[in-house]
Amino acid sequence: MAEFKEIAADAPMSEKALTWIDNRFPLSKLYKEHLSEYYAPKNFNFFYFFGALSLLVLVIQIVTGIFLTMHYKPDAALAFASVEYIMRDVPYGWLIRYMHSTGASAFFVVVYLHMFRGLIYGSFRKPRELVWLFGCAIFLALMGEAFMGYLLPWGQMSYWGAQVIVNLFSAIPLIGPDLALLIRGDYVVGDATLNRFFAFHVIAVPLVLLGLVVAHIIALHEVGSNNPDGVEIKAHKDEQGRPLDGIPFHPYYTVHDIVGVTGFLLVFCAIVFFAPELGGYFLEYNNFIPADPLKTPAHIAPVWYFTPYYSMLRAITPEMMYALIFCVLAAAYLGATRANISNTLKAVVIGSAVVGVALLWAIEAKFWGVVVMGGAVVILFFLPWLDRCEVKSIRFRPDWHVYLYAIFVVNFFILGYLGIQPPSAVGERLSQLGTFYYFGFFLLMPWWSTLGQTKPVPDRVNFVAH
Amino acid sequence: MKKFLIAVSVVLGMALPAFASTDSIPWDKAPNKLNDLSALQNGAKIFVNYCLNCHAAAYMRFNRLKDIGLTEKQIKDNLLFTTDKVGDTMKISMDAKQGKDWFGGNPPDLTLIARSRSGSGGTGADYIYTYLRTYYRDDSKATGWNNLAYPNVGMPHVLWELQGQRRPVFEDVEQHGHTTQALKGWEQVSPGKMTPREYDEAMGDLVNYLQWMAEPNQNSRVQIGVWVMLFLLIFMVIAWRLNASYWKDIR
Repeated sequence: MAEFKEIAADAPMSEKALTWIDNRFPLSKLYKEHLSEYYAPKNFNFFYFFGALSLLVLVIQIVTGIFLTMHYKPDAALAFASVEYIMRDVPYGWLIRYMHSTGASAFFVVVYLHMFRGLIYGSFRKPRELVWLFGCAIFLALMGEAFMGYLLPWGQMSYWGAQVIVNLFSAIPLIGPDLALLIRGDYVVGDATLNRFFAFHVIAVPLVLLGLVVAHIIALHEVGSNNPDGVEIKAHKDEQGRPLDGIPFHPYYTVHDIVGVTGFLLVFCAIVFFAPELGGYFLEYNNFIPADPLKTPAHIAPVWYFTPYYSMLRAITPEMMYALIFCVLAAAYLGATRANISNTLKAVVIGSAVVGVALLWAIEAKFWGVVVMGGAVVILFFLPWLDRCEVKSIRFRPDWHVYLYAIFVVNFFILGYLGIQPPSAVGERLSQLGTFYYFGFFLLMPWWSTLGQTKPVPDRVNFVAH
Repeated sequence: MKKFLIAVSVVLGMALPAFASTDSIPWDKAPNKLNDLSALQNGAKIFVNYCLNCHAAAYMRFNRLKDIGLTEKQIKDNLLFTTDKVGDTMKISMDAKQGKDWFGGNPPDLTLIARSRSGSGGTGADYIYTYLRTYYRDDSKATGWNNLAYPNVGMPHVLWELQGQRRPVFEDVEQHGHTTQALKGWEQVSPGKMTPREYDEAMGDLVNYLQWMAEPNQNSRVQIGVWVMLFLLIFMVIAWRLNASYWKDIR
């Protein structure tokens, strides 16, 4: 608790007002801790724009979302028409709606780049594990938010996309069918589903999202930002205790981010004003047809940002189960023969492998597809404990590590592409390979990240004055 | 992009599942007359006279036609057949059941047709432009008509009086060792009120009207967008210089 501060009677009015507030609310303290005296490394590069941009897109989505809610009708009979009403009759409704629909895709663009930045520069490593965990939770909430928001326009793709994804839950043994029923509130996606998705999309998930964003930033400001060199700037401080390689977030990174924001808005506005459908990727053509429960489109694909995971879901065929069983057995064999653990633990490893194989054998592939799809996101949470490389940043890792990361990115794009395509024999094999790479990258990371000769990490950050 | 081709063929195939696997011909490029008010007005006239009896445009208001240069009086006097209020949307009196009984499927609402029919083959306008110009006589069909862009279509050739009756002429084309049939041209069986050239022109107007109707704001959207981009470009210079002046102290 801070001391109550007295101020001279002849002090300027503004100073008196600030003191009055500071005695009751830590305004100056918060301003200093999070802006003017939050020291960020001076060597941030391009990838460091995307945190601030994620926040910007969040604000865009919330503000445009509020205005959309003023005219949107969450009713299966009225929803599609109310969206067209917004597009046609509400003054600048088209602008609000295009900003929201483009914002949804933009959110995933900036968040994917933000996560990629964390991945390559080791921003999830000690002491930033919680920053990463909060971030992963944000990503998960964002996926839920996007999925439920996509139902609201009540077009054909909205409807059938939701139908397919909710049906996935029914693959869960025992509770599945009831769980799917609970989510839908009906035996098919219908008015009840639309209403509850609306409730989740406009209030429940955004509340969680905002809370997590605050936690993410508080955790970040507690430990301080990482940087492209992965060097801790707090290791070298001046006499006042300020990091030598740190600069105050405000004004240096606020003016810096204004440049990033303007660059982002140039791209964002170009899409909003000149290509709001973006070739059918941001607004799918089929979604301009009202939802019709009696007409199933032959090919249903989620929006682009979900397609890598959708690919992994489709990769789990009954055939693929043999490969998965083989992997479990191979892992158990390695654990029992090569790992340096007690005999009791070895017995546990073999025992759980037997149970695992039995489950893989007994439960249908569709369920394991759902597990793989969910696992592809959940595995991100474990990253801080999977990476055991001596150095944080990719800059000082062995060269072949860089190739593994590069293949990971290319693989993610290929999976995304395959998820858009209708199923095919070649696509299935490719997506199976891609799924193996994706999971292999993470699950084998404790092993491969320790291999190879790392490069010497400098004492201070590399920085070339602009 | 294959997805969209499939998606489109699905959409086309929905009314009559039997032909979902039939391929349609490549789409012709529709002319762009979105800034030509007289073309859009002509398109609106054709639309209201020929389409807006079986098809509705339930999200489009009649008085929105003021955006393409018509006055309220002109709209009232010439285009209001289904309602007497100029602020009403373009609804029709035929219901879904009648549509199903008469055509085998409910004629789709046309408000957004130019957007929803887009695909990898081109824009929705390209598709409709091709579709409206590839009707031919086929006595094996209940309506006596068939279509190359939409094989086994349920809709008869409503504009046949304008176009006349035609028959497609195919030729064999050697492609990757396979012989396939390709459209060579058309044989006019009986003349219509319009010459082929006039008919193409009229269909171009109609398709542009449909495209405009699918998003009446699209022209002002682009206009505003140009100003926004100009502002952002200028602001980018300011932001860049502001940033540079702050960062010059950082060594």
